[in-house]
Amino acid sequence: MSREVHNGPTDETQARGTPYSGDPEGGAGTHEVPLDKLPLDSWHRARGARMVPFAGYEMPVQYEGIIAEHLWTRENAGLFDVSHMGQLFIHGPEVDSALERLMPADFRAAADMKPKYSLLLDDDGGIIDDLMATRRGSDFYVVVNGATKHGDIAVMEQKLPGDVVIDHMREQALLALQGPRAADVLETIVPGVADLGFMQAAPFRWNGQSLWISRSGYTGEDGFEISVPASAAPALADAIAAHELVKPIGLGARDSLRLEAGLPLYGHDLDTGTTPVMADLNFAINKRRRSEGGFPGDIRILAELQNGAPQKRVGLEVDGRQPVREGALILDSEGNEIGKITSGGFSPSLQRPIAMGYVATGFAGPGTALKLEQRGKLFDAKVAPMPFVPHRYHRKGASA
Amino acid sequence: MSLYFTKEHEWIRVEGDTATIGISDHAQEQLGDIVFAEVPETGRKLSKGQEAAVVESVKAASDVYAPVSGEVVEGNSKVADDPSLVNSDAEGEGWFFKLKLDNPGELDGLMDESAYREWVKSL
Repeated sequence: MSREVHNGPTDETQARGTPYSGDPEGGAGTHEVPLDKLPLDSWHRARGARMVPFAGYEMPVQYEGIIAEHLWTRENAGLFDVSHMGQLFIHGPEVDSALERLMPADFRAAADMKPKYSLLLDDDGGIIDDLMATRRGSDFYVVVNGATKHGDIAVMEQKLPGDVVIDHMREQALLALQGPRAADVLETIVPGVADLGFMQAAPFRWNGQSLWISRSGYTGEDGFEISVPASAAPALADAIAAHELVKPIGLGARDSLRLEAGLPLYGHDLDTGTTPVMADLNFAINKRRRSEGGFPGDIRILAELQNGAPQKRVGLEVDGRQPVREGALILDSEGNEIGKITSGGFSPSLQRPIAMGYVATGFAGPGTALKLEQRGKLFDAKVAPMPFVPHRYHRKGASA
Repeated sequence: MSLYFTKEHEWIRVEGDTATIGISDHAQEQLGDIVFAEVPETGRKLSKGQEAAVVESVKAASDVYAPVSGEVVEGNSKVADDPSLVNSDAEGEGWFFKLKLDNPGELDGLMDESAYREWVKSL
């Protein structure tokens, strides 16, 4: 058996065509850059995790198996270690207005302790990263992707005024507890968290440690993201994982869960070649920012909001059982190339292949029949509304 | 009957001039949850090293190459229908295809079972 295709966006090394870390060859020769260890490294290994290189770290791709972990998270609660992500604390005079010059969110009107999804943009309106930013008084707590964090910090340092300071909170770990039972579980450990609504955050205390917890996540389920001092992370992970409704979940299931939830993954579904409008993330630009602009690439993005973008990110349901993965071509019914798959795989919840990709906007309507081409083989597919699996967020009243 | 293994993690069970071919237990474990398998049609002539079958897990797609030359006498429709059979019994019911050997001499130089298991430990 020889591995021919290494795609699938769980692991950035696969998407680049280098040997999959689960490669029978042992991925020999792939570790050119020394990898960092997460605060929970030995915790993962003790629980049987298979560790793979990701974003410069050794990270758990799976424990008992991706499908079992995926389904467990949809039914109970899954504990994810996302400590590779960058946690930034940005402070200084008028940080909100300063951040608005880099991103299209309405930070001036952002309510205290309400995370906002936003996009770090380049001067052409291309996406440098997607992130969550939460006002804490006059300062902002920002969580960015692991693989892009150093570049993000460089961009921010270059573009923000000199009196705005970015603290990279390297001493903080980040855990996520996701699933319909997440609130029941976490409430037994950190009383009060169940009172948070979706996209709401607050400080908590646990065992003498400060935690910052937001009700948010990347699975489409209810859940929490917990910033904890790295030194306390193993004890907190132990306390959470001791609950019978909790299992540790690897990056593999994180990827299949977010794909079912229709959530884009930076470096695959989003990059500097895509704009917020192409990526169907118009919700991230509110009315005031649409009328005022004032963010990088605003002329292009405002025009795209008005007239549509030439390409659009869509979901695709693929006929048959074979997964169609990142890099496959999208063709119209006459065989003309109209786009590419940016994420694709087998949906454990739906038991069928699903994918996400960009198509010429005329083909973006739900139900549009398309063909996909992968390794010389054609697949029938149709444009499907996303999410593929309905979100089950814990919304309290109206929420942005 | 003789059992051989390749460095590509395939096994070949030879009975007379017929070889049954699959992927090793180590290979299925490395692939993880297998969600798709495609096996060759009966009558297809395969030369050594040619793509013969496809196996895909949640995370990876792989080709199974013919480790020896021959004509396909049977593809395992059970694994095509239920690819998880490769996870549960890779070296038994999860076989991919059977070949009528063109040249039994091609088996020379392949690993026997104990050599393969030792080699896998070293990976």
